[in-house]
Amino acid sequence: MRVLVRPKAGILDPQGQAVERALPALGFEGVSQVHVGRLIELDVADPEQLPAMCEKLLVNPLIEDYEIVSIDAAGTPAGAAG
Amino acid sequence: MKFGILRFPGTCDEVDAQLACERVANAEILWHGDRDLKGVDAIVVPGGFSYGDYLRVGAIARFSPLMESVIDFAKQGGPVLGICNGFQILCEAGLLPGALLPNKTLRFVCRQVDLVVERSDTAFTNACETGDLLSIPAKHTTGCWYAPQALHEQVEANGQVLLRYAAGGNFNGSLADVAGVMNEAGNVFGLMPHPEHAVDPLTGSTDGLKLFASIRDSLAAHV
Repeated sequence: MRVLVRPKAGILDPQGQAVERALPALGFEGVSQVHVGRLIELDVADPEQLPAMCEKLLVNPLIEDYEIVSIDAAGTPAGAAG
Repeated sequence: MKFGILRFPGTCDEVDAQLACERVANAEILWHGDRDLKGVDAIVVPGGFSYGDYLRVGAIARFSPLMESVIDFAKQGGPVLGICNGFQILCEAGLLPGALLPNKTLRFVCRQVDLVVERSDTAFTNACETGDLLSIPAKHTTGCWYAPQALHEQVEANGQVLLRYAAGGNFNGSLADVAGVMNEAGNVFGLMPHPEHAVDPLTGSTDGLKLFASIRDSLAAHV
């Protein structure tokens, strides 16, 4: 399983801002809305427990949002083509 | 009267905290793997990088055996002071409102800062006068205090902000210049700057002692 953790919308995200400023300096134009979060991969016997794991430890709900993605052994998200 | 100072893997300011506490009372260091608070009268959660700051600052330390005892101690009204990483741990443990985000500059900052005392009628600031300026060093990368609007309004309405960065001194981007915040019950307080590093004239300021003396005196007043 994969848990994607993002800074909540509207929260100061200086990492995202720093990356957004760095890309044009390397010649990559037209980049906006950059946010830097965290990716947690884990094998879980009972995926039903994942939301509780997120709320209690993996995520701080005051400042972060999360998304749980089911992936196969090759790391491909369930339902993804190819 | 005895302070207990927590030591986690990665804590680095526990000895300074112990020396600061010993200037006003007795003090003993408590190991994170124990559950026994050894009869101490007040707890200090010191600064450092507990558990390597893995996942989020303070997130892992919050679940150590000793912290379970500290949470019980706090719920029974025992005084708890969190400094820097200790403040982050107490926020993660839900004992204090809000969370600490990376400094707005993304840089580690180490400097002497002036803090305005917002209230002096508390267990943590009774040795100060309201409006006093305390000169205390701050040193951190993740000290930008944040709370969602409704929570922030509640914290302000309850008078839970005890210390703010003086005008122009909010280097980390904290909401409303908040440097230190108390819980609603008034027995848990956390701040990012380090009062334990401001206890001797040799290092420029003894203002930090006022916070430790306040805790001692508030307990003496209860006896």
